[in-house]
Amino acid sequence: MRSVVEGARSWEFCNLRKTIGNIDAPSTAQARGPPPPLSWGRKYASKRLMEWINVILQGVLVGGLYAMFAAGLSLIFGVMRLVNIAHGDLIVLAAYVALVVAQTLGIGPLTALIIVVPVMAAIGYALQWFVLNRTLGDDLLPPLLVTFGLSVIIQNGLLTLFTADSVKLQAGPIEVATIRLAEGLYVGVLPLVQFAVAVAVIAGLQLVFYRTALGRAFRAAADEPAMAQLMGLDNRHVFALAMALSLAVVAIAGVFLAVRANFDPSQGPARLIFGFEAVIIGGLGSLWGTLAGGLILGVAQAVGAHLNPGWQILAGHIAFLIVLAARPQGLFPKVRP
Amino acid sequence: MTVRVAFGTRTHWVGAALGAIAFVALAAAPLWGGRDDLQLLSEIYAYVALASLWNLLAGYAGLVSVGQQAYVGLGAYTLFALAILFGISPLWSIPLAGVVAAGLSVPVALLVFRLRGHYFAIGTWIVAEVFRLTASQISALGGGSGTSLPVAMVIAIAPTRQLRDFTMYWIALALAAAVLALIVWLLRSRYGLALKAIRDAELAASCSGVDVYRIKFLVYVITALATAMLGALIFLQKLRISPDAAFSVNDWTAFVIFITVIGGIGRIEGPIVGTLVFFALRQTLADLGTIYLMMLGLVAIVIMLAAPKGIWGLIVARFGWQLFPLERTVLSEKAQKR
Repeated sequence: MRSVVEGARSWEFCNLRKTIGNIDAPSTAQARGPPPPLSWGRKYASKRLMEWINVILQGVLVGGLYAMFAAGLSLIFGVMRLVNIAHGDLIVLAAYVALVVAQTLGIGPLTALIIVVPVMAAIGYALQWFVLNRTLGDDLLPPLLVTFGLSVIIQNGLLTLFTADSVKLQAGPIEVATIRLAEGLYVGVLPLVQFAVAVAVIAGLQLVFYRTALGRAFRAAADEPAMAQLMGLDNRHVFALAMALSLAVVAIAGVFLAVRANFDPSQGPARLIFGFEAVIIGGLGSLWGTLAGGLILGVAQAVGAHLNPGWQILAGHIAFLIVLAARPQGLFPKVRP
Repeated sequence: MTVRVAFGTRTHWVGAALGAIAFVALAAAPLWGGRDDLQLLSEIYAYVALASLWNLLAGYAGLVSVGQQAYVGLGAYTLFALAILFGISPLWSIPLAGVVAAGLSVPVALLVFRLRGHYFAIGTWIVAEVFRLTASQISALGGGSGTSLPVAMVIAIAPTRQLRDFTMYWIALALAAAVLALIVWLLRSRYGLALKAIRDAELAASCSGVDVYRIKFLVYVITALATAMLGALIFLQKLRISPDAAFSVNDWTAFVIFITVIGGIGRIEGPIVGTLVFFALRQTLADLGTIYLMMLGLVAIVIMLAAPKGIWGLIVARFGWQLFPLERTVLSEKAQKR
């Protein structure tokens, strides 16, 4: 069976191996501050406590990013019962778009968002209009397989264009700026910004969903597609707008992914899995639940990584499986607003 | 009026004859083929069997799993663990791998069956990831970088290299034939009737008294068992294992799904046709590397949108062929007399 490997050599780049590296590990070393002095007793205990507070804090901040991965997934599932297997690859695609935009125009990553967000939204609209709308229906298989095919195409397309070498988006001095919270407890400015943006994105989606005409159209098309159509909504257009909004969120998540750490074309599937875990932990159909799910996943991974570097991703998966076993509807299932 | 049920149409006799001729010719392959031919054929058998099993799972039972690599890897790791830690001959380990996987698939099924549809799909993927990450923590089996099968164990299969090649080739052929036979038998049994009912309309099947949960559970465990045996065999032929290769989502799930979709999902002939198309494409286009994989993804998308029943679905719609005697035809007494 040697030639299976040979024929699929390029696939080796696409497997998940690299993604289990420490790119998602909270940068505790940087934030931990000076090394602990060799003293025992109360001072040592408080050091240990600080260390754990730090681990959990970093986990919470990474969790914001996971919540952003999850929000786009949750949105389109809520509106059109579509699970986008290519979601993670679209996040990585957005990261590369940001890289190209930032390098060609010589602008910072956060400024590049002004271009990346509309570009990704346009891709989302076109994708839904031309491809994914044809797959919607009672059968689960077509959307799953088509997005699976898309995932393979995006991954290998990026591999062809950008090679398997990992790259990073430079954000300048903000990357190393930290704020001192207490003795031995520091947080990075960038993770804080990322977390604030995540909360703002979730709040914004919540607002769009429940307070605007667009959100009303989303909910109408989700609950009663046939009736929505009769009331003058063009469902295809509504679905395409939902996908555009989802990919706008993906664009923001992609830029933060690119600034945070090195990335390469093979990282998509793991982002999809993190987003999915956050959605299920938080509870289907609840945006604030998704945020909570992201935070729980982030903390679980941070704690796992702190115990043993090899356990980071595994700890996240196990947290997910525990929630699935104990509370399959998620921790914060949808409540009527 | 007595009602009799007959299986199949006239074309299935053609299918049976073709199948018998093909089986004899393939069983004799060591006589007419070189080492490379045997390897390629073994690979084809493995993919026919994997795709047929995935088809049973997704096409009939509606369990769209993206995590079957969990069982390929589990089977392979069981074989290596039994050989390295306990010195059990690899040939014995193949059925044992199936038993281990079947046992482990029960708690997994209890967990992932809580998820529906698409969420089930990604849930199975996460389970496979848990398996992979766990395997890479086992230092006795080489941890993340994997290990090789000890030479003594390789020799235990058969003393000479040629004899080993032949043995493993026949095992691959026998395993693929057994998987196909198992699926045909399953589909012809009462369970097959229930599975087809689930495939066509799950709700209606449930209302007609089919215990949908139990049937799905059964299919999931059987598929896990057979998939693990195939995984054990595939990595016995490679003689080397690593977590990334054994639990590769691309090799053991993406390709398998594309094969099934291209050939025709929900029909037993589909995976066979799909595997032939897949290998024909690969032998001609694999040099293109990533472009080839993009084309494969594109072909799968186009087929799903334009001809969701795949190539074999088109053939059935056009000619009504049926290579396996599965479809039931009701014969009334009148028809019998005629």
